[in-house]
Amino acid sequence: MTQQEPSAPVLDAQGVSKRFSAVVALRDASLVLNRGEVVALMGANGAGKSTFVKILTGALTPDTGHVLIRGKDAHVTSPAEARRSGLVPVYQEPSLIPDLDVADNLRLGNTPVEAFRHWVNALGITALRMDDMIGRLPLATLRILDLARALAAEPDVLLLDEMTAALPTDLVARVLKVAREQADAGRSIIYISHRFAEIAALCDRATVLRDGATVGSVKIEPGIEERIVEMMLGADHPQTAVAAKSLKAASQGTPRLALRGLAAGSRLNDVSFDLRQGEVLGVVALEGQGQDELFDVLAGNRRALAGTVAIDGQPASFRHPADAIASGLTFVPGDRSHALLMSRSVRENIALPLVARLSNWGAIPLRDEATRVTAAIERLQIDTRAQGEVRRLSGGNQQKVTIARWIAKGVRTLLLFDPTRGIDIRTKRQIYALVRDLAAQGAAVLFYTSELSEIRLACDRAVVIFNGRVVDVIDAADADEPTLMRAAYGLTEKERTA
Amino acid sequence: MTRILSKNIWTLGLAALLAVLLVITKLIQPDFGVSGLDSLGRAALPFALASLGMAVVVIAGGIDLSLASMMAVTSVTAATLMDGASDGQSVLVVLFVLLLGAAMGTVNGTLVVVSRVPDIVVTLSMLFVWQGTALLILNAPGGAAAPWLRALSVGGVTLPFVPEALTVWLPKSVVFLFVCLAVVWLPIRRSKLGLMFYAVGSDALAAFRSGVPVGRTKIAAYAVTGLFAALGGIAVTMSTGIGEPIPGPYLLAAVAAVVLGGVVLGGGRGGLIGPVLAVFILRLVRMDLTLMSVDPNVTTIVEGSIMVVVVMFGGVVAMRGRRT
Repeated sequence: MTQQEPSAPVLDAQGVSKRFSAVVALRDASLVLNRGEVVALMGANGAGKSTFVKILTGALTPDTGHVLIRGKDAHVTSPAEARRSGLVPVYQEPSLIPDLDVADNLRLGNTPVEAFRHWVNALGITALRMDDMIGRLPLATLRILDLARALAAEPDVLLLDEMTAALPTDLVARVLKVAREQADAGRSIIYISHRFAEIAALCDRATVLRDGATVGSVKIEPGIEERIVEMMLGADHPQTAVAAKSLKAASQGTPRLALRGLAAGSRLNDVSFDLRQGEVLGVVALEGQGQDELFDVLAGNRRALAGTVAIDGQPASFRHPADAIASGLTFVPGDRSHALLMSRSVRENIALPLVARLSNWGAIPLRDEATRVTAAIERLQIDTRAQGEVRRLSGGNQQKVTIARWIAKGVRTLLLFDPTRGIDIRTKRQIYALVRDLAAQGAAVLFYTSELSEIRLACDRAVVIFNGRVVDVIDAADADEPTLMRAAYGLTEKERTA
Repeated sequence: MTRILSKNIWTLGLAALLAVLLVITKLIQPDFGVSGLDSLGRAALPFALASLGMAVVVIAGGIDLSLASMMAVTSVTAATLMDGASDGQSVLVVLFVLLLGAAMGTVNGTLVVVSRVPDIVVTLSMLFVWQGTALLILNAPGGAAAPWLRALSVGGVTLPFVPEALTVWLPKSVVFLFVCLAVVWLPIRRSKLGLMFYAVGSDALAAFRSGVPVGRTKIAAYAVTGLFAALGGIAVTMSTGIGEPIPGPYLLAAVAAVVLGGVVLGGGRGGLIGPVLAVFILRLVRMDLTLMSVDPNVTTIVEGSIMVVVVMFGGVVAMRGRRT
C-alpha cells in the first residue's frame, strides 16, 4: 500500500457498461471498495455479475466507464496486468495447470514459495508436497491452493468468486477467518457468494446488481437479507395470474418419477421429490447448486453416486441417454447447440427421435414421419421460412424445435432445463402454454428455470434446491418472487420432502 | 525416487523396448554391428528431428501439418545456397536456414493465433504454401551440401586420446541428434518458456489466468517447431548431399512417433526423449522385418498395430494409476 488519504477508495468502478452484439450484459455497474473493507457483490442470475467480474479482472474490456485502483486508471487488458495493478482474483473454477506440479505452477505465476507455504498451512492443508501433480489433487484442495497463491501475491484487492462453493465446512470456516484477518490488516476484499450466512459473517457492505446496473449498496446488519432480496428483484415484480390450476386429483397414486436421496458429482448432495402425472414441477436454484447434476443424472448423462430413481414405482438406473429415453424420460438441454443438429433441416431435427431407435432399423416410414412433424410444427408455430438449416433460425425458434421433436414422438416425462433462457417474451408464452398442454394430456414435466417469475406462469409446485439439497417445496400459488428468492438463498431452510 | 520413476515410466518403457529390439536385431542378423548402427542412425535422423518439432508444438496444444513441407523448403534453400560455396559461407548458410525455419514457424503460429482458425486447417493450408515455395526454389532434386556438413553424420565418433574401439559404435548422426536436442530444448525446458508451453497445452484458460501470454507462447512453440524442421531439412541435405523439394513421409511418421513417444495429442503432457526413442523403435521394427524378408506392405500393418497396442497399453496403465 502506498501512502494516501484513508478516505480514498482502493477500488472505484463507475458507469461500467458492456454489450455483446445485441445483448446488453451491463448497463451501468459501479463498485466502491475502501481500504480494509469486505464488500459482497450480489445479484440474481443474469444480473451481469460475471461480466462485471471479468471486467474488473481484465478478462474483458468495458465499452464505457472506468475502473480506478488506488486512484489510478486500471486499464487492464489481461489477468496478468490486473495482478500488477494490485487486484488478484480467485476464480470460481481452479486456475492451476493440471499437468504441472505445485512448484511449477508457482513458478509460472511468479508466486513466492515461502509465502505460499505459509498460507497453505494457515488454511489447513497440511499434507501437500510441492511435486504433487495438480491434476491429481481433490477440488477442495485446489480451491485452497488458488487462494493461497492469491494471498502470497500480497494483493491490495482480493476478489473471491464463489470461493467456498466446493469446500467442506471446516475449510469454509478457515477461509472466512483468514479473509477477515486480511481485511483487518488493511486489505480489501470483493466477496461473491450465494450464501447469506457467509456474507453476514464476513462482509461489511453488499453492492447489489440488477439487470446490468448497480441498484445500491447497503451496510450488512442483522435483518438486511430481506432488503437485499428486494433489491435483487426490483420493486416491480409483476404479480401475474397463476396460469395453472393445480391438479389435486393427480396427486394420488404412484408418482411418475420419484427421487430419494439422489447425489451426484460434488454439488448434488441429497435430493428427494415426487413428480406426478399431469404435473409441472418447477425447480428453483441459484447457479451451481446441483441442478445441472440432477438433470444430467435423469437424462442418463451421468451416474448417481447415491440415492434412487423410480419411474412409475419401478427402480431405474441409466447407463446411457438412450436408457433414459427408453424409460420415457425426455431431456431438453439448456444449451440448444447440444440438442440440435445445427446444419440439418427443421424437419430432420424434429424427426430424429422418431427414427433414432434400434427397433426401427430399415426404411424410415416417411409418410407417418411427415404427418407427425407437420403437426408438431403447426402446434408450436415454428417459423419455417429458414427451415433448411436449424442454425439460421432465431434462438426462440430453435428452442421450439428442441421441444417439438419430443411432441412429435409423444412424451411421458419431459425434463426442461431453462428452456426460455435468452428468448423473446412471445415465444416464452408459447412455451408456457405448450408445457401446460402437455401436462393436461398427462405428461409429467420437470421445469428448471433461472427466471423466478416463470414458476407461477408454468408450474404447479416448485422444489427449491440450495447447496445440493431440497430446502423447500412451494405451491405455485404461494410462489411469488421474494418467497422463492429467500428460499433459493437458503434463508428459509427446512428439510422437507416433496 | 519412486516419483521420478513414475513420472518417466513411459520413456523408460520405450528405452527397454528399444533395447529388446536391438537384441532381437542382433539375433536375427549376427553381423549387425557398427555399420548397422551407423546406417540406422542416419536413416532415423531426419525422422527424429521432425518428431522433435512435432512434439514441441503438440505439447503446447497445437499441431503443425506443414512440418514436412518446411523441411523441404529448408533442405532446398540450404542445398541451393551451398552449391559452390566455401566452408565459411556454408556455415553462414546453415545459420540462415535455421533462422528461415524459425521464421516459417512464426508465420504458422501467428496465423493460427491471429486468425483463430483451427490449427489443423491453417497448417494444412501452409503445407501447400511451403510445398509450392520449395518447388519454386528448386523444381527437381539438386544443389549440393558442404563436405564438412556431410561428414557430420557419417561414421562413428572418434575422440582424441580415447581408444577408437570404445567410441566407434556410437554413430555421429546420433550424437548430432542429441546435440540438436540439448542446444535447442534444454534452455527452453529449464526456463519459464518451457513451463508456459506445457501450461498453454494443458489448460489455456488456466494459463491465461495465471498470467501466461497465451498467444505469444503458442507462436513461440510454432517457431521452435520451425527450427527443428530446419534442422530436419539440413539433415536431409546432409545425408543425401542434395536438396529435396518433395518432402519424404516425415509428417505422418512424426505424428506417429509423437503419439508412441508418450506425448498426449491434446497437449500438456510428454517430453522429447520419448518421441526420439519411438522413431528408433519404428525404424528398427521396419529394418528387422525387412531383414526377415517380410512383405513391405505387411511391415506397415505391423507398425500401425504396434502403435495401437502400445498406446492402448499405456492408457490402461494410466487408468490403473489414477484409481489407486
